Amino acid sequence: MTDANSTALEDLRSPSPGNRALSPFSALNSSKRLISEFLEWFGDLGIFFWQVVRAAVTPPFEFGELFRQLDEIGSKSLPLVALAGAATGVVLSLEARYSLTRFGAKSLLPAAIVFSVIHETGPIITGLVVSGRVGAGIGAELASMKVTEQIDAIEASAVNPYRLLAVPRILACILMLPLLTLAADFCGLLMGWVTQAMVEPVSLHQFINAGFNGADFNDFLPPTFKTAVFGLIIGLIACFQGMRTQGGAAGVGRAATSSVVLSSLFVILADVVLVKLIIIFFP
Amino acid sequence: MHTIDQVARKPDEVEKDNAPVVAVEDVHKSFGSQKVLNGINLAVRRGETLAVLGRSGTGKSVLLRLVIGLEKTDSGLVRIQGQDITGLALDQLGEIRKKMGFLFQHAALYDSLTVEQNVAFPLRHHRKDMSKSEQRDRVHELLSEVGMESGFAKMPSDISGGMQKRVGLARALALEPDILLLDEPTAGLDPISSAEIDDLVLKLQEEHHMASIVVTHDLHSAKTIADRLALLNEGAVVIEGSFEELQESDIEFVKEFLRHS
Repeated sequence: MTDANSTALEDLRSPSPGNRALSPFSALNSSKRLISEFLEWFGDLGIFFWQVVRAAVTPPFEFGELFRQLDEIGSKSLPLVALAGAATGVVLSLEARYSLTRFGAKSLLPAAIVFSVIHETGPIITGLVVSGRVGAGIGAELASMKVTEQIDAIEASAVNPYRLLAVPRILACILMLPLLTLAADFCGLLMGWVTQAMVEPVSLHQFINAGFNGADFNDFLPPTFKTAVFGLIIGLIACFQGMRTQGGAAGVGRAATSSVVLSSLFVILADVVLVKLIIIFFP
Repeated sequence: MHTIDQVARKPDEVEKDNAPVVAVEDVHKSFGSQKVLNGINLAVRRGETLAVLGRSGTGKSVLLRLVIGLEKTDSGLVRIQGQDITGLALDQLGEIRKKMGFLFQHAALYDSLTVEQNVAFPLRHHRKDMSKSEQRDRVHELLSEVGMESGFAKMPSDISGGMQKRVGLARALALEPDILLLDEPTAGLDPISSAEIDDLVLKLQEEHHMASIVVTHDLHSAKTIADRLALLNEGAVVIEGSFEELQESDIEFVKEFLRHS
């Protein structure tokens, strides 16, 4: 056996950092570590949520901070959400027209747009847009406060940071998401109609009548109010990622990114579950 | 031997006055595999200032954070006015923290609030009995006490490091604490600003008669403001006593620390 061959064999027996990644054992170890880290993260999130709930139900209540956050999260997200809703309405209208015309079901066009927007695209687009804008904002703001010891200073001043920082932000997300969804729905439907009207003249009255024909509150309320759960997810994850940050400016960047990524991911996952629950409980 | 003042009072009152306001008993603290504090014992009485000295990374700031409950001990007790705070929930700790003022190493002023709002923060949350104008008067009084007569509307980023420390000190004093914790009060300051902060701490100590713990690596500052000094090494107290006692010590680490300070 040549020296080169024996070295290669030794490498396989005792993997070096380079080929360690290829070993099935190290892949297994990496998976185990990932699962353990995820479970640890999830456990910490649970403890954080419990602290937030306790702070939320015991006085004093930070109403001033809540109103500030309602403005920050609600009013300031409105233009972006409205624009995203409008763009979705246009795209849906164009796509639905093309597909339905192909299958000879053009008369269902207003209903297809209305149901798509109020059932799914309005809520999920609002959830994702807010998780991008607000998730990053809350994550970065709280992370910056954490690394500069401002959160410690709040605690040292005998003020509960969960009550002052997390509760108003999470509550504002929960309260504002359904309202922003209404805005997204409205803009989506309006632009859906405008797009239709540009191709084939149809009045708004006719469009609405045809679109909402056969619809009831169960088509409208549960999908709109499910976004309150999205708000809880976005607020909770962004506050959690921000308030546990470590490591200076890089930590702030990581907190902002992870807030957006994780809250978007969990909004999508929650949507899957909520859609199923809505179908079961509001047939 | 009792002083005239002590004789005039009941024995339990004298005992109460002599009881440590802050007591750290056999405290251990690790971060992961890194052992930071290894069985620390310290006590500070009313009107007394203890300076905690040591090399960087010996757990001085961690000790201070344990005293105010920002970190949890692995084992051991931290007593504030006789009450063990190690197992307390956040809101219970809040009640204890109202009796404590904490000056952070980098002041940790709220960067979205003005100087005035920073100092008013504890009052706004805990002195609801005070009207807005009373709170404002108190804030101005506190800022004047730490040598700031103007610039109340400035943001923390618009004032110097020394000024930030002063504002941080004013905020720490807002609730008239019984205990003052100072983390590196002169770190990063020029010699003149350091001396000014030292004089200020001495003045406040004389006026308010608090129990104070000052964490510092500045021996000159410690000598100026503290009644006793405790030198930490590898998570344990190597020596505790007056500056003269440290000077007379035969312990090699103490000699080396004093030689290089």
